[in-house]
Amino acid sequence: MQSSITNYLPILLMFLAASGLASILILLPRLLARRRPTEAKLRPYECGVEPVGSARERQSVKFYLVAMIFLLFDIEAVFLIPWAVAFPHVLKDPAYTPLKYVFYGEMMVFMVVLLVGLVYIYRKGVIEWNR
Amino acid sequence: MTDLLLEWTIKIAVILGALLTAVAYSVLLERRIMGFIQLRRGPNRVGPFGLLQPAADGLKLIFKEDIIPSQASKLLYVIAPTLLLIPSLMIFIVIPFGSEIVLFGRKIALQVTHFDVGLLYVLALGSVSVYGIALAGWASNNKYSLMGGLRASAQMISYELALGLSVVGVLIQSGSLDLVEIVRSQGGWNGMHWNVFVSQPLGFLVFFIAALAEANRTPFDLPEADSELVAGYHTEYSSMKFVMFQMGEYCNLIAAAGVSTTLFWGGWMGPGVETYPALSLAYFTAKVFVFVFVFIWIRFTLPRFRYDQLMRFGWRVLLPLAILNIIITATVKLLVS
Repeated sequence: MQSSITNYLPILLMFLAASGLASILILLPRLLARRRPTEAKLRPYECGVEPVGSARERQSVKFYLVAMIFLLFDIEAVFLIPWAVAFPHVLKDPAYTPLKYVFYGEMMVFMVVLLVGLVYIYRKGVIEWNR
Repeated sequence: MTDLLLEWTIKIAVILGALLTAVAYSVLLERRIMGFIQLRRGPNRVGPFGLLQPAADGLKLIFKEDIIPSQASKLLYVIAPTLLLIPSLMIFIVIPFGSEIVLFGRKIALQVTHFDVGLLYVLALGSVSVYGIALAGWASNNKYSLMGGLRASAQMISYELALGLSVVGVLIQSGSLDLVEIVRSQGGWNGMHWNVFVSQPLGFLVFFIAALAEANRTPFDLPEADSELVAGYHTEYSSMKFVMFQMGEYCNLIAAAGVSTTLFWGGWMGPGVETYPALSLAYFTAKVFVFVFVFIWIRFTLPRFRYDQLMRFGWRVLLPLAILNIIITATVKLLVS
């Protein structure tokens, strides 16, 4: 079976179907359920006590740091995936035989560099949540 | 073209129907198993063996009051559950449920579609659900919800790295991102040449743990943490919006089971699939069922992690293990060639 551009069309179909389902689920209780809002009911839940201040206070900077490191390492994955897909084809193709160690070695160097980065992150204590 | 369009529409309708039933019954299954593990019966009153319980619950929840807290960001509050539910449903169009069967004189492949970047599509949709959870936490304007949302997003992106890297070993084995190709590459040994036996036991372990964390299941259910955050990001949600979160989570659970099966446990492959193609559907369903059962079993066996343990485990254990797995797989592949 050939994979072609039309094969991507069901994504749109499924998106429409899923959004349709989601909108029905949101609208259904609006039509069917009783609504009797009171002030206490609409207050943010804090175990029955009067809410103190706003929820949107400052949060630990660690969440931000984790997001930054995630971006860096996710880009690593973005580089690794096409390499991994091509790797068995390079090994199989006789035309590439002299180059296969280069193909392998380059990625290993790349991973060592990233591992050094990972060790740096450990040393900096970005992941230590109890500090 | 109209033929194809019709085929896709029918397949999507069938999958949506099957999936929603599966979601409803995995909730019931979980409650029943929870009952048995805790030495009680669980819901068994509505219909035989409690089989009509999901319908009763659904009906009840439709008629529940739909509350939007006065301090919430209204638009985001409504959008957040759809952002969790829609991507988790969309994942299923690339998962191969079986090989090709002949129906009404027409060859029908048992998946909606397949394309060259199938696995990337799954990973991409898997990460969109972070937005749903983070926005739900933010939009509720509730301290518990915001904590839950923040925890969830930090946890999910941390474990997503390990998840993304653990599949690289499979890619080295199959040389394709197309899930159909990945299943077909596991067809040797009379249909038992599964990646988990051949070269990826470590990759599977990392993938399985990371998938558990991605689906926010115990022992990684800190975003919900009923006992400390009173359900975390969906504290403020009621009625059908709460149901949508629940559905999205169980869809993600079934998707995690389906993708684990496809990548590591041979998908629909098994002995005798070549002669009886219909058997492939049974194999796939059985494997996914076993995974869902194991997910539920783990929930009632393990206690919850502490947050610093969770982060340390993800970054210091799973991530290096995933990288190690890539290095081992690539090296062995190079030496064998």
